[in-house]
Amino acid sequence: MRPDEVPQENAPVLGGVRKAVYVVDQNGHYLIAQSGGDEAEVTVTEEAVAWFGRLAEDARQRALRGETSPLEYHMFRLRMDVPTLAQATGLWRWRVRRHLTPQGFAHLSPALLERYAEALGLSVAQIQSLG
Amino acid sequence: MPLSSSTQAITPIAFQHRQSAHCESGVISSLLHHEGIPLSEAMVFGLSASLSFAYIPLVKINQLPLIAYRMVPRFILKGMKHQLRLPLRFETFRSSSDGRQRLDELLARGRPVGLQSSVFFLPYFPENMRFHFNAHNLIAYGREGNEYLISDPVFNSPTRCALADLQRARFVRGALAPKGLLYHLDGPVPKVDHVPLLRGAIKKNCFMMLHVPLPFVGCSGIRLLARRVLKLPAKKDLEYTRRFIGHIVRMQEEIGTGGAGFRFLYAAFLQECAVLLNNPRLQELSLELTAIGDEWREFALHAARMNKGRADLDLPLLHGLLKDLAEKETVFYKKLRKAV
Repeated sequence: MRPDEVPQENAPVLGGVRKAVYVVDQNGHYLIAQSGGDEAEVTVTEEAVAWFGRLAEDARQRALRGETSPLEYHMFRLRMDVPTLAQATGLWRWRVRRHLTPQGFAHLSPALLERYAEALGLSVAQIQSLG
Repeated sequence: MPLSSSTQAITPIAFQHRQSAHCESGVISSLLHHEGIPLSEAMVFGLSASLSFAYIPLVKINQLPLIAYRMVPRFILKGMKHQLRLPLRFETFRSSSDGRQRLDELLARGRPVGLQSSVFFLPYFPENMRFHFNAHNLIAYGREGNEYLISDPVFNSPTRCALADLQRARFVRGALAPKGLLYHLDGPVPKVDHVPLLRGAIKKNCFMMLHVPLPFVGCSGIRLLARRVLKLPAKKDLEYTRRFIGHIVRMQEEIGTGGAGFRFLYAAFLQECAVLLNNPRLQELSLELTAIGDEWREFALHAARMNKGRADLDLPLLHGLLKDLAEKETVFYKKLRKAV
């Protein structure tokens, strides 16, 4: 990549961050340039964000119908999935999966609620609602 | 803990912030610059022989296999410690308050401190760049009230982070949990000439890419990934297929690699070596690696368009590009090994 090829469009997905990339000038010397995000990078980031967004929205709809717990919605909203949440709380995956169901969630002890809230960086009241 | 100690300011030291492509190499390069050892990011990356490729289907991230273009986290730090005999001291903590106290103590002594943290809980990261990756590296160099002064190598200027947020980011649980890891240069740095070490570092990297007898590492890892791409369930599970190819690109371009999955960074290192070792052949090979990097970027563009659905899914095309890259890299490292 040459210095004049460094993408400068400020992709909203990067939030104004200019990343350092290595480019070659016309004499074949490497230098660091600041990139505003190129097409490939921006596209895949947007897609990864959108995937979690879709899962969160789907979970929210199901939670409104009472088919799942608000915890599932918050999990996806905060870009986690079952294995990540299990690791972040130190619980077995099957326990997390059970806690994502409305019945399992309703029976959570205050200590476990606290543990989930801690892992997600939210308060207990927040994980109990769809706010 | 008395209240006064948590609110008093720790006078910031004069610390020169440097932006870099990759967090780990950037942090250690900045710490060394601070000690008066001007080694560039590329030099640090190459000297620790950190270029790699790994495709590990058994380790999953959000249901997708682990794909890495460099060695494991902390490899650069440990490699530099070993190569330059640095008095680099690593400390982890059981309790977060101990971790905070130790950080404050070191800052009060005027030491810049390297920290491992999660990306997700750092509020100064833009919303869409925050994912649950726990092996990010940054430097703290002072504190004002309840805010730490942070030099994060991914950003182009120093920033700040509130105490509570930094504590959360340093003590997250999960894969690659940092456990509050901090590291600092403890004591005088010995004068080590790095030029004689370069040859060994390059050879080591060539060995890594060519001869490690594991099918998922190095050039054979690229080949394995190429075969996997061809077998993706395009008909049965289109969403997974799209996410998979997007994932390859994310690991290559998005996660602070300086472009083309560290290939450009390593080419910059070879260029520095060409001058230091007075070996013009390395300059040629640097440009050759740049050309390979450009092909990686071309692959990324094709894959990203298919990921988004802007282009038709063409798995044989991606397979061909990856296979071609594997061949070219194999030839390249063989030449590089002969050149030093």
